Amino acid sequence: MKISESWLREWVGVSARVEEIKDRLVMAGLELEIEAAIAEPLNNVVVGRIESLTQHPQADKLRVAQVDVGGQKLQIVCGAPNAREGMLAPTALVGATLPGNVEIKQAKLRGIDSSGMLCSAKELALAEKSEGLLELDPSAKPGTPISDYLKLDDRVLALEITPNRGDCLSVKGLAREVGALYGAASSGPKIGEAPIATRDEVKVAIENRDDCPSYAGRVIEGLDRSARTPDWMREKLRRSGIRSIHPVVDVTNFVMVELGQPMHAFDRTKLTGAVRVRRATAGESLRLLNNQLVQLTSADLLITDDRGALALAGVMGGAESEVASTTTTVFLESACFGPTAVAGAGRRYKLTSDAVYRFERGVDPAIQREALERATQLLLEICGGRAGPITHAGDAKPASIRVPLRHARFCKLVGYDIPANEAEALLQRLGIETASTGQGTWLCTVPSYRYDVRIEEDLIEEVARLYGYQRIPLRPYRAELQPAQLPEGRRSTAATRATLAARGWQEAVTYSFVEPGLQSLLAPGIEAIPLDNPIADPLSVMRTTLWSGLVPAWRYNVQRQQKRVRLFELAVCFRRDGGCIVEAHKLSGIASGDAWPEQWGTKARPIDFFDVKGDLQALLGAAYRYAKGTHAALHPGRTAQIFRGDQAVGWIGDLHPSLVQKLDLPDTPLLFELDWQGIAPVAVPESRRLSDFPSSRRDLAPVLPESATVDAVCAAVRAAAGQSLQQIRVFDLYRGEPLGAGFKSLALGLIFQDYSRTLTDVEIDTAVKAVMASLEREFGATFRS
Amino acid sequence: MTDDINQLLDRARAEINGATDLRALEQLRVDWLGKKGRITELLKQLGAMPADQRKSYGERVNRAKEQIADQLDAKKQRLEQADLDARLSAESIDVTLPGRGEDVAGLHPITRTTQRIERLFGELGFESVSGPEIEDDFHNFAALNIPELHPARSTMDTFYVDQGKMVLRTHTSPVQIRTMESVVKSGRKPPIRIVCPGRVYRKDLDRTHSPMFHQIEGLYVAEGVSLADLKYDLHTFLTRFFEREVEMLFRPSYFPFVEPGADVHIRWEGGRWLEVLGCGVVHPNVLKAVGIDPERYSGYAFGMGIDRMAMLRYGVNDLRLFFENDLRFLEQFRDTGAAR
Repeated sequence: MKISESWLREWVGVSARVEEIKDRLVMAGLELEIEAAIAEPLNNVVVGRIESLTQHPQADKLRVAQVDVGGQKLQIVCGAPNAREGMLAPTALVGATLPGNVEIKQAKLRGIDSSGMLCSAKELALAEKSEGLLELDPSAKPGTPISDYLKLDDRVLALEITPNRGDCLSVKGLAREVGALYGAASSGPKIGEAPIATRDEVKVAIENRDDCPSYAGRVIEGLDRSARTPDWMREKLRRSGIRSIHPVVDVTNFVMVELGQPMHAFDRTKLTGAVRVRRATAGESLRLLNNQLVQLTSADLLITDDRGALALAGVMGGAESEVASTTTTVFLESACFGPTAVAGAGRRYKLTSDAVYRFERGVDPAIQREALERATQLLLEICGGRAGPITHAGDAKPASIRVPLRHARFCKLVGYDIPANEAEALLQRLGIETASTGQGTWLCTVPSYRYDVRIEEDLIEEVARLYGYQRIPLRPYRAELQPAQLPEGRRSTAATRATLAARGWQEAVTYSFVEPGLQSLLAPGIEAIPLDNPIADPLSVMRTTLWSGLVPAWRYNVQRQQKRVRLFELAVCFRRDGGCIVEAHKLSGIASGDAWPEQWGTKARPIDFFDVKGDLQALLGAAYRYAKGTHAALHPGRTAQIFRGDQAVGWIGDLHPSLVQKLDLPDTPLLFELDWQGIAPVAVPESRRLSDFPSSRRDLAPVLPESATVDAVCAAVRAAAGQSLQQIRVFDLYRGEPLGAGFKSLALGLIFQDYSRTLTDVEIDTAVKAVMASLEREFGATFRS
Repeated sequence: MTDDINQLLDRARAEINGATDLRALEQLRVDWLGKKGRITELLKQLGAMPADQRKSYGERVNRAKEQIADQLDAKKQRLEQADLDARLSAESIDVTLPGRGEDVAGLHPITRTTQRIERLFGELGFESVSGPEIEDDFHNFAALNIPELHPARSTMDTFYVDQGKMVLRTHTSPVQIRTMESVVKSGRKPPIRIVCPGRVYRKDLDRTHSPMFHQIEGLYVAEGVSLADLKYDLHTFLTRFFEREVEMLFRPSYFPFVEPGADVHIRWEGGRWLEVLGCGVVHPNVLKAVGIDPERYSGYAFGMGIDRMAMLRYGVNDLRLFFENDLRFLEQFRDTGAAR
């Protein structure tokens, strides 16, 4: 909401400069900025009166005006269609510079001398767009500088209030707040009761007082259709960001900004019988001012007459009863609608307006008659006419709101003792009446416009706010401590991230919502959760796998000449399982490029499965098994499922070549994904006795068929070797001649040791023989010497 | 005889000087001083000498023997030094060649900032807790004193799932509610002291808004918790976080779940005030909604954008950089072993 400084000062006498007032308001919780009332100063622009107007001899669309600019007549060529004799308009003199750096020079237009320019509102930057000259009041004095005439030396307070302070959405409300902050009184123009000059009236009724505590209306007839809104009102509205339309609309807008009461004017001739405020019934519909036809629901609050719906209460009027430039008799509505009734309809039909904005935040239920009288006063002043009697339904006076306050409670919640009499004085400045109910307790009566003050804590905030949060001293820490748990048997997210980072994996953070097409390829068969209202199609489902975010992040980097990319993420994934939403943390990674950063001492080679597996082994420890597995997104021959005991906890593998092709990826990345819950348990170390006896090592090089996996071979070795085998090292793998296709040779280092004695060569030889026999039997192994 | 010895000494000096390696030098030691060495031979002749000459001749031979031994030792030392020098020179490397192996990568700046904030509050006894990101209306709104149609809802552009039945949480405040509920349900009592970091979602995208961003909220409920405590704790935190004395401004503001409510601003470069967090005294309706007696207990709550804190701390000027995951950006946050 915008309000000009001069308008505010009409209401409250505070001598402080506007910047000081701003700071004071900001520190009291009202966010605002100060803007200039006009984009650029208007020098050498004066009020001009068109004395005569003749057709330009050379141009159809131009006319030649003789303009009185105060004791001097200027000949000015003008193209505006609305120019007419006797009209007053801003006139830029030769030498003036208009906004946008337009210099006004002595000129000849199609052979006719022109000494200045008659201006439109847009040319003076007083409007975004305008048609024709800016017409000024007939009473304007030619020659008066336009900035004096329109009092442009002014500033605008642009407020961004928090949702609780609807009471500040008017000049009256803001003046009240400024007055409270400075301890000054605020008051506006005198509003009397209009003389009743017609008996015409429209009866009004309210179905439910919660929806509409107060509804006032009156007929005004005999309005002058040719009247125009005076310049002072146009300028006030303009500074509040409201365009002048015609006097009836302008007056209702003016009263809304001035007093905070949104109003509506109906064409009286379109109303039949009595006006009734009620909820809609199923099947009703209404065509709105914006021509939108809405099918009403029983939640919608309506203004109706005997024939049906007239308006969506507090939101928008109907097209049928709209006031037009030909209207001479209006029914003016000044009502208080409940915040939820208006907000609901606003949201259902996606309608926002200054009225919705105010009703949602609460309009003073005590102000309807005052606003109606003010609008009547202004309308009669501008358009003439005769006012009818006010018809009113609802509470004549809103019920008092009483809230108790304890000084001790204040001290407890604020942590500081503001003396009781000082607190009381601050409340009174806000118009909150205090009645003592005993030692340090009051019963406070809250003004009807303060929707945000309903409980004791609200009063406490008001006192603290006016006193100044800054003045409340800091109270040093004095809490009883409750030390946090530090479970050593759980994996730490921080340590996990640090380990991966130390091994060259960079952490990424990607969006939780992803592209559904990509995700269905990466994790087919998992039910993803779509967003009802995504921000964009590529971000329309919640991720079931972190790969859905990591693959695009990886691609982004590869496409920007990053040759070696290793990214990981630890975050939540979402899926639906049996109708339930399941959230689970996952730890995932993607990598491509060289196995090592480019360097001089290590031969470059591309990263492969075993590099990533090595990192996972380092991270996870020994309790995990990697079994050949099948995953729709991964290369069938280069994929392992990872198990902790019997529990499957994740996957590692190359992205499937057909997906690389389908997604048109620049390279084939390696991927891993681990379920955090599955890998979260870690063993707390348990120290074991060390052997005092020497260990012995025997190396074996069995030639094996390719089908024999290392896991299976090692299991067979362990089973055959007996208790004294401590460790198996796989230290080489050979394929090629003379082994022939389908065979490989593994080099195994077997380490034997006993806890009670030194093993003899004979014992070890016996164990090795048993191992060899077992490998021959189970895998058809042969041995190279 | 004297001349003989002098000649021998000259010869020995020449031979020793001519030795080019340790082996040759060792041979000379044998030749001259060994059991059959030339000096030893001279000593053997002593017995056949007349007694009057024997003593003085013996002394001279022994002196010559010592001189030769000294020369051998000195030469040995020189040769050993030369050998060592040669070896050291041969073994020298260019120490400016880069080291081998893996480069250290880093944590995402948001993680880094989250860990820092958690740690700082951890030292004040705040435990870190988390909660679901897809929330129900009750926990995200209603329990936080934001009924349906409340204007505060329209300021948080909400993502919905399940035909509006569930929302992507718009703040981490629901975790406060869930924590208080579980404390009450388990029969425990305040004090409750938690921070809840995590992802939150609002439908908004520009330089300073992302549809997904990160918040950390804190909650402290106990007997006698006040606005003055909140001011002290936040000032302590901000001073530690930015590692300098922070000038802090507490301004009245509005969040439905606190009363009184405040915005906290800090003095930033150029003297301007910068809003860094929102906070307040927990609204009694919130305590009531989870079954905590607001007459006996009070609390404070605060919430801040982790992304914003990271931007301020590290001088990042575009929020979107955090979610592009451009390695050139992320590599600036390489893990250097900084405390966190």
